Amino acid sequence: MNNPQCQRWQLLVQADHDGELGVADAAALAVHLDGCTACRALRDGLAGLSRRLHADAPRHAAPASLRAALERQAMPLASPPAIRRWRLPRAAIGGGAALAIAASVTLALLPRGGDPGEAAVASHIRALQPGHLTDVLSTDQHTVKPWFNGRLDYAPPVRDFAAAGFPLHGGRLDYLDGRAVAALVYQRGGHVIDLYIWPGNADPARAEAFAGYNVVHWHDAGMRFLAVSDLNLAELQGFVALWRDTPP
Amino acid sequence: MPEPDNAAAFARIALPHLDAAYNLARWLVRDPVLAEDVVQDAMLRGLTYMHAFRGDNPKGWLLRIVRTTAYDRLSERKRAAEVPLDTGPAAALPDPADTPEAAVADGQRRAALDRALAALPDELREVIVLRELEEMPYREIARITEVPLGTVMSRLWRARLALRGAAQ
Repeated sequence: MNNPQCQRWQLLVQADHDGELGVADAAALAVHLDGCTACRALRDGLAGLSRRLHADAPRHAAPASLRAALERQAMPLASPPAIRRWRLPRAAIGGGAALAIAASVTLALLPRGGDPGEAAVASHIRALQPGHLTDVLSTDQHTVKPWFNGRLDYAPPVRDFAAAGFPLHGGRLDYLDGRAVAALVYQRGGHVIDLYIWPGNADPARAEAFAGYNVVHWHDAGMRFLAVSDLNLAELQGFVALWRDTPP
Repeated sequence: MPEPDNAAAFARIALPHLDAAYNLARWLVRDPVLAEDVVQDAMLRGLTYMHAFRGDNPKGWLLRIVRTTAYDRLSERKRAAEVPLDTGPAAALPDPADTPEAAVADGQRRAALDRALAALPDELREVIVLRELEEMPYREIARITEVPLGTVMSRLWRARLALRGAAQ
């Protein structure tokens, strides 16, 4: 890889290997390579080293806790406390980790068949972890609704309230109340609302809160609805009112 | 105090390159905990200097901040005369006694490469990480490391010469 006779070609061979060579230089190099074993060996050596590095030198991915902390800092952008958190890096990492731990602890402590509101909060927190929020990412209710076909034994209603400031973001399958349920994901500013929908009408309409998240239950036309968000209760109730008062 | 709008814009352009930022920090400071600190600091600095971002190549821009932050933190650590947390790649070697031979050979190959990368001077390690792992073009590497294009090429060359033994 270090033949003195070919020194002037070395950086050209390297540039060619790195895809940085201009057309004219590449043509000249090709002619030289035809007649030079040493430079061909150099070219192969560079290729071998690149393969080794790609195979054996790890490209370290950012830890999930770091990503979660940074994403959480970026999400509630409109509020000044979110900006202050940028100034407390270590505390923020702790917050992200604490969130992940809280989610796993909440999930671990939940009894089977426990309160669906509490289970929904745990599911909502878990879904906020990176990459978990949506299975089908679409703001179009006519894309989201058919996506549930064949994945559930019922057809959940799907609506978009973008005009009222609650755009549909997508949907996913979730597990609640001992069964697979539809979860619709809405956004309100930097906040995420999960709306769980499954057949049944046992629960009277009510609001509750777990771990700082608001939960609103209601039922309509044989379906149970459960909305979860860190949005304030008044705005979440506004979202619920849209659902209850808008005819399908 | 950064504007909230800046924070939104910054998150949009910086977060997609978080893995690249962490990878560079990790190879430069060679300590997972310090690397997380560096990325957090770099994100904060990036947000603060958001107004200076011209809109082209957010990855290069972010990596340049990460690099500066990493070297700042390393020199702080040196000044504070802390003992570096470098347990060395040998610690990652599997125990030959209870591992199949193939895995041992595999682990040893990786460890040899890791040692060779770790042994490179900072200015050679950063160009090889940016070129081979992040696949940045020479021009971007020159901007990130703040040296002329020719220097990038000669540093890459020296880095590869130094690594060739470990690659066999």
